[in-house]
Amino acid sequence: MNPSHKNIKDLLLEKGLDLKLLDPAIRELPINELLKFTKTILSSDSHLKMSKDKIIRWQDDIILNEIKNQSTILDLGCGEGNLLHRLIKQKQVTGQGIELLEESVFKCIEKGVPVIQGNIDKWLEKIADNSFDYVILEDTLQTLLYPTKILMEMLRVGKRGIISFPNFGYWRVRLDLALRGKMPVTEWLPFHWYDTPNIHLLTLQDFIDWTNNENIRIVNSYTLAEGEIRDLKAGDNLYADEVLITIEKGD
Amino acid sequence: MTSKKKFTESNSKYSVGLTTASTIELANNSSPFQLEFGERLTSMIVEYETYGTLSKNKSNVILIEHALSGDAHAAGWDSNEQAKHSDRMWRKKKPGWWDTMIGPGKPIDTNKYYVICSNVLGSCYGTTGPKSINPTTGKFYGLSFPIVTISDWVRVQKLLLEKLGIENLYAIIGGSLGGQQALEWALRYPELVERCVILASSAKLSTQGLAFNAVGRHSIMSDPAFKNGNYYNDTAPISGLAVARMIAHITYLSEEGMNKKFGRRLQDKNKLQHGFDIEFEVESYLDYQGKAFVERFDANSYLYITRAMDYYDAAEIWGEGNLIEACKKIKSNVLIASFSSDWLYTPTQSKELARAIVRAGNAVTFADVKSPYGRDAFLVETKSVGRLLKGFLTGGEKR
Repeated sequence: MNPSHKNIKDLLLEKGLDLKLLDPAIRELPINELLKFTKTILSSDSHLKMSKDKIIRWQDDIILNEIKNQSTILDLGCGEGNLLHRLIKQKQVTGQGIELLEESVFKCIEKGVPVIQGNIDKWLEKIADNSFDYVILEDTLQTLLYPTKILMEMLRVGKRGIISFPNFGYWRVRLDLALRGKMPVTEWLPFHWYDTPNIHLLTLQDFIDWTNNENIRIVNSYTLAEGEIRDLKAGDNLYADEVLITIEKGD
Repeated sequence: MTSKKKFTESNSKYSVGLTTASTIELANNSSPFQLEFGERLTSMIVEYETYGTLSKNKSNVILIEHALSGDAHAAGWDSNEQAKHSDRMWRKKKPGWWDTMIGPGKPIDTNKYYVICSNVLGSCYGTTGPKSINPTTGKFYGLSFPIVTISDWVRVQKLLLEKLGIENLYAIIGGSLGGQQALEWALRYPELVERCVILASSAKLSTQGLAFNAVGRHSIMSDPAFKNGNYYNDTAPISGLAVARMIAHITYLSEEGMNKKFGRRLQDKNKLQHGFDIEFEVESYLDYQGKAFVERFDANSYLYITRAMDYYDAAEIWGEGNLIEACKKIKSNVLIASFSSDWLYTPTQSKELARAIVRAGNAVTFADVKSPYGRDAFLVETKSVGRLLKGFLTGGEKR
């Protein structure tokens, strides 16, 4: 058998290694696929190049579909209020944003989106239990000082939480660090180690483990993987670039 | 100066131009006005100004609420007629108190909105107050004028709107003490107020605020000229009122703002004179503010208005002490803005109100404006405040 046709699992088993700590997402990865990835990472012109098809705020359309008419929505780190503005207009929701940056706050106000200027954690703790149908945290989880505290708070003040974050387990990110030995810079993680707001990077698997430990149910999950928006599936810890997950408290 | 003039001169295309105040009788013997604390006014005149044009369906009305020492003259230049009035000569020197915000093309755009501002009950600028003649005695009211409250003011304004045939408000806007009136409007007449803007204000005055007001009143009442408020035929208690205003001006500026504005610079001299005349610029500033104020304000009105400020507590009136319960009444879109260095109505207090509105299950907009100008910020930070007002007033339209 040509070694390059084997998958990683076979290769490691051949060396007599215990695979229980191996990420299930890469067990079946063919070696030639791994070589292809390696080539991509090591070819200098592909590195740091932002793909032209980066789909900005791909999550918004999915969220818009997911949310029922006239729901109550809290958007944490709502930016310039684009999503809330669409939700208010198209779904007649009662929306509330929280945003720290002054310029973004002004933009929200100019759109007629109710927004509170301030820190997410400080404001969240003042909100009563079950005040909202959905609490949204788009692309912000990895920037928080106490991410799991905020996730629990989201499920306290809302029935469901909708969270999106870049997956640090994405093959480009993993191999970039492994092969180049530098902090990865990708389209979803476009910062250097010294200027990144991303202080708590996580993988999809980390998040799933956390939901299992805390008895939190994943209601829906989507991914932007290799430029395609689709339902999340097994093995996506390797292929998901960004993920969008709806959670609620387990029974 | 040219650019500033462009906006403020009476012939500027951004100015509402020359203004004339109107007065209206809102209570008389046959229909007295019932005050919150039980007394009745059998005569009540209210002075107000309007700018812009009332739309056919009367849906473009914005009511502006003035603060402690304000008047109905919010924008434009007093027409000669009224400035001739000896006690309003100071109005000739500058445009209305919020001229930066109100006018054609300005954030509160008089091309679009019909803007009304009225003078509060107990003041000294055309609306009935302690300086008015008590119809039953034929003498000045002085301290026999009944205690008035913010709720009374708001009810008077409602009456004024009724007389003008106006039912709904596109927006109510106020800063400081005016912000509390705006809040009271949203609580008392929730169905009538579409948008409520509360700048540099809160649901109640802090203990520190109560304390400053107490010192101001004490200064007035211990002036020998005060004579229990019966000074209208004699010299007014101007030194007491000046001190009250000086203290107030300290609270209007922040420590940082004062330091920036004056530092320890000396006033018109290179070295200290080693005496008790004015040495520092800040002394000269306060001295000037005190003197300018006594020319234009009535000491008794200062007592009545600061008392109304002290007494206001939205939670007590509308929620049996619970601000969240009170805020459940609000139906308007609310914008609250605080200014970082304001230490009289602090950002913390403004946040408390915003939080109560959220906890009550309503959406709210809260902006935390960075500014070194303290209490004055809502009048001075024209760029931020203008953008907030314009955004909030027009942003809601697109919804």
